[in-house]
Amino acid sequence: MATPGRALPQPTPETQHFWDGARAGELLLQRCDDCSKVYFPPRPFCPACASRRVSVAKASGKATLYSYVIHHRPVPGFTPPYAIAVVELDEGPRMMTNIVECPQTPEALVLDMPLEVVFEPQTDSISLPLFRPAKG
Amino acid sequence: MPHNTVAVVGAAETTELGVIPGLSQIGLHADAALNAMADCGLKPADIDGIATANETPVQLAHYLGITPTWIDGTSVGGCSFMIHVRHAAAAIEAGLAKTILITHGESGKSRVGAPPRSVHPASLNGQFEQPFGPMGPPSMFTIPVLRFMKTYGVTVEQIARVAVVQREWAGKNPRATFRSPITVDDVLNSRMIAYPFRLLMCCLVTDGGGALILTSADRARDFPTKPVYILGTGESAETPMISQMEDFTSSRAFRVAGPTAFGEAGIAHKDVDHLMIYDAFAHLPIYGLEDLGFVPRGEAAAFIGAGNTAPGGSLPLNTNGGGLSYMHSGMYGMYALQESVRQMRGIAPAQVPGAKISVCHGVGGMFAASGTVIFSNQAP
Repeated sequence: MATPGRALPQPTPETQHFWDGARAGELLLQRCDDCSKVYFPPRPFCPACASRRVSVAKASGKATLYSYVIHHRPVPGFTPPYAIAVVELDEGPRMMTNIVECPQTPEALVLDMPLEVVFEPQTDSISLPLFRPAKG
Repeated sequence: MPHNTVAVVGAAETTELGVIPGLSQIGLHADAALNAMADCGLKPADIDGIATANETPVQLAHYLGITPTWIDGTSVGGCSFMIHVRHAAAAIEAGLAKTILITHGESGKSRVGAPPRSVHPASLNGQFEQPFGPMGPPSMFTIPVLRFMKTYGVTVEQIARVAVVQREWAGKNPRATFRSPITVDDVLNSRMIAYPFRLLMCCLVTDGGGALILTSADRARDFPTKPVYILGTGESAETPMISQMEDFTSSRAFRVAGPTAFGEAGIAHKDVDHLMIYDAFAHLPIYGLEDLGFVPRGEAAAFIGAGNTAPGGSLPLNTNGGGLSYMHSGMYGMYALQESVRQMRGIAPAQVPGAKISVCHGVGGMFAASGTVIFSNQAP
């Protein structure tokens, strides 16, 4: 469900595909056709070898909890305390996110716990990739 | 860069530190600059190079009445001033300028004449970090720490100990904002900000400024102040996004800037008498000690806990009290440089007896950039 008031991304031509994918319920990563590097955030070239030959592919949506803080101060769109997390995707890249369907406590948020992506619509054009404890 | 060919001849902070509602941000720059010029007996007409951050060097040159032949507006966060020192030293050696002024001023607390802080929603940070609820450094700079703690078995008590030791140094410094002794329990009972970080593990927010004046070592002998020579410098950058650091237990920018400076200086760690490591948060000295090679990986917290960096220890660290207790306007690097210069001049409130070499290491943004300067008071 939407959380009104939180900061929302403004897509650019180089990132539009990622946000289109999120709206459609797909987590999209880019992969270099030359050196096979899978990378994030989006850009139209490979950050490892500078090749412009890159492809967009759907990620598994599986990740593990890499690190986080539990924020205790008020931020528009959030009810403290809430975790600001970095997850490591099975494909390798890491991304910032929130952990949902899980108590926002150190006891419940255990590093390296398995997670899976869910998409939370914010507006007609923006859905955010969030993560919840893996169910299977 | 050949070492010992450039020296700091003028150094000063703003007349006041702390809460300064009567000066705007550029006014803090100017107050510090005028104090540094008075320190070494120069006038604006004697300055031919200027570097600054947050404000542009054009604004400062005009405001102070300086006609520069060299300008540097590198603005990469709180280590910008370490990087200015590096660039200024190279410029003086190359003959681009003879006498360079570096200024910092920041109305971090009072926000007088300070631009609003914002993240553009189309930037990579704006698209891929801001939507998840961070609000400035306390909720972002701190994110890597749980991974560090798990990797090396470091406890929150050990991180709290960093703040306790720095308060010991601050207690010796009349200009420090917080001077009363604290305990690990005090730190762990202070208000939770962003788990595992509590208030006393986070830096102050204050107003202030500082300025440095550099010239060639040859000319430095003619100044009234004791020259502080630049032995070596380093700089680097990694990522503007904390989530995209290569390794949450180490800063790549630290690992490039630090060894570059040590290499230029031609010194070993055992030669270092005094150390400053930018401490916006209590974990930064731990990362710095390891990334600069002062201790092996995973051992910095225990090294600090054993008292090695405290008053009377083998490696005096953050002897002004640091960003945790001395002051922190937002871009703290200038205050770390000022303390290194004071130690090399022999006039610091908590003077390290006989100190000859000081290493001053800065971070910019949130592990985004880094700059290192190694000073000596020994004539070339």
